[in-house]
Amino acid sequence: MEKVIEIQHLSKSFGTHEVLKDIDFSVQKGEVVCVIGSSGSGKSTLLRCINLLEKPSGGKIIYNGEDILGDRHDIHAYRTKLGMVFQQFNLFNNHNVLNNCVVGQVKVMKRRKEEAEKVAIKYLNVVGMDQYVNAKAQQLSGGQKQRVAIARALSMEPDVMLFDEPTSALDPEMVGEVLKVMKDLAKSGLTMLIVTHEMEFAKEVADRVVFMDKGVIVEEGPPEQIFNQPQKERTREFLKRTLR
Amino acid sequence: MSLDWVITILTDNWPMFLRGAGMTLWISVVGTLIGAAIGLIIGIIHTIPMPERGMKKITLKIINGLLSAYIEFFRGTPMIVQAMVIFYGSAMAFGFDMDVFTAAIFIVSINTGAYMAEIVRGGIISVDKGQFEAAQAIGMNHFQTMINVVLPQVIRNILPATGNQFVINIKDTAVLSVIGVTELFFQTRTVSGNNFRYFESFFIACILYFIMTYTITLLLRRLERKMEGPSNYSMIGGLPMQVVNPEDPSHKIKE
Ligand SMILES: Nc1ncnc2c1ncn2[C@@H]1O[C@H](COP(=O)(O)OP(=O)(O)OP(=O)(O)O)[C@@H](O)[C@H]1O
Ligand SMILES: [Mg+2]
Repeated sequence: MEKVIEIQHLSKSFGTHEVLKDIDFSVQKGEVVCVIGSSGSGKSTLLRCINLLEKPSGGKIIYNGEDILGDRHDIHAYRTKLGMVFQQFNLFNNHNVLNNCVVGQVKVMKRRKEEAEKVAIKYLNVVGMDQYVNAKAQQLSGGQKQRVAIARALSMEPDVMLFDEPTSALDPEMVGEVLKVMKDLAKSGLTMLIVTHEMEFAKEVADRVVFMDKGVIVEEGPPEQIFNQPQKERTREFLKRTLR
Repeated sequence: MSLDWVITILTDNWPMFLRGAGMTLWISVVGTLIGAAIGLIIGIIHTIPMPERGMKKITLKIINGLLSAYIEFFRGTPMIVQAMVIFYGSAMAFGFDMDVFTAAIFIVSINTGAYMAEIVRGGIISVDKGQFEAAQAIGMNHFQTMINVVLPQVIRNILPATGNQFVINIKDTAVLSVIGVTELFFQTRTVSGNNFRYFESFFIACILYFIMTYTITLLLRRLERKMEGPSNYSMIGGLPMQVVNPEDPSHKIKE
């Protein structure tokens, strides 16, 4: 299998606080990987290091065989290849739904406006938000915002989608609609790396589950193994606390 | 006071008052706009992420230092004194007489720029960090992030403060009479110097200043409301769908 992203000995410290310690980990093409772990274990920091919103303190990030921490690498071009979905949606407040999905294509990818709009509408349709093209971010519910945010990321046609707890800021009745969209995306063969607290969802869609604790990957494997026969004591403890 | 005098002064001198008010307005408009542009540009430069090392870091540090010096200097000295220094100083230092109108625009612009830079900086800081991150995450560089995402939000946030600055400029251009700019205060002084009716003449100026500032205030309020945009949106076709239907072939990602 072809590795899209490979992380070697990744570490990250904030001051003296070591948040990620010697992480080795990779994502294969077409794979859906769910990252679970308790609060503060470094899951968000891992995602943010992968798309360089945080600068890793050490280690390597290899994307399609290239070391993207190398001096000459164009990080902006790299970032367009990773779609990012935030917990807080972060839709552009000064753009309507359509332009949220268009502005990156036009300004970064230099696509023509008409083409970009077609692509945007295609993905807004995928998330079921194509009828809201004229709405402003402030006029949408949380679930709708998050679906637009997913469409915005998809519109850049990335190789990998990164999700950082995409449903954690949602009211319970809106979690379902977002997870549904993500399940459809997983089925379509998209490569996805998802940080989530939704264990049922992880069980259902993940090809592989990664359990993190205190800045290290404690255990990883297929969902059946992690959820039914966890090998490590820390995994068992965490699951006992969360699944109930 | 006599209302008769006010009417007489107005009938005799209205073109001078009008020209003065026009000059005041013109200098304030151009000065505020250029000043706001200076403020925005400084805001962009001030928020460029500091490179870790090398020439770029040193250059950026020097530029930021110079810009800070500019801001502090112009905020810390009276405009009336700046006007004298710049107008007479330019003649001495470069041996050319700056045309008073150019000098007036120049002084108001750089003065406003110093104030606006701080206002813009506050405006940029108040934009949610998530907006920057989302822009960066789709591959925008600092400049693209600023132009396409952050500054439009900043401009909306700082509009009230900019309007305020505009009103201040209308009033403060009066000090430019010291270098002979023929704005409203200068014209009023000329008129009153001829008729010796100081109270009535300046009463007229007072009213004119107020009409200008109040009109600007009202206009800006309308603009602010307009920039809020419509409070509702129109849906495209039929009822909104809440969730994607996986059976629907149009929802397949990969064709
Ligand atoms: N910018 C920062 N500066 C300092 N410390 C930080 C910063 N960002 C994160 N941390 C610290 O790093 C640790 C890991 O944070 P992180 O957000 O990655 O955890 P997480 O696993 O995503 O938790 P959660 O499930 O609550 O989102 C925490 O202790 C946090 O306080
Ligand atoms: Mg997190």
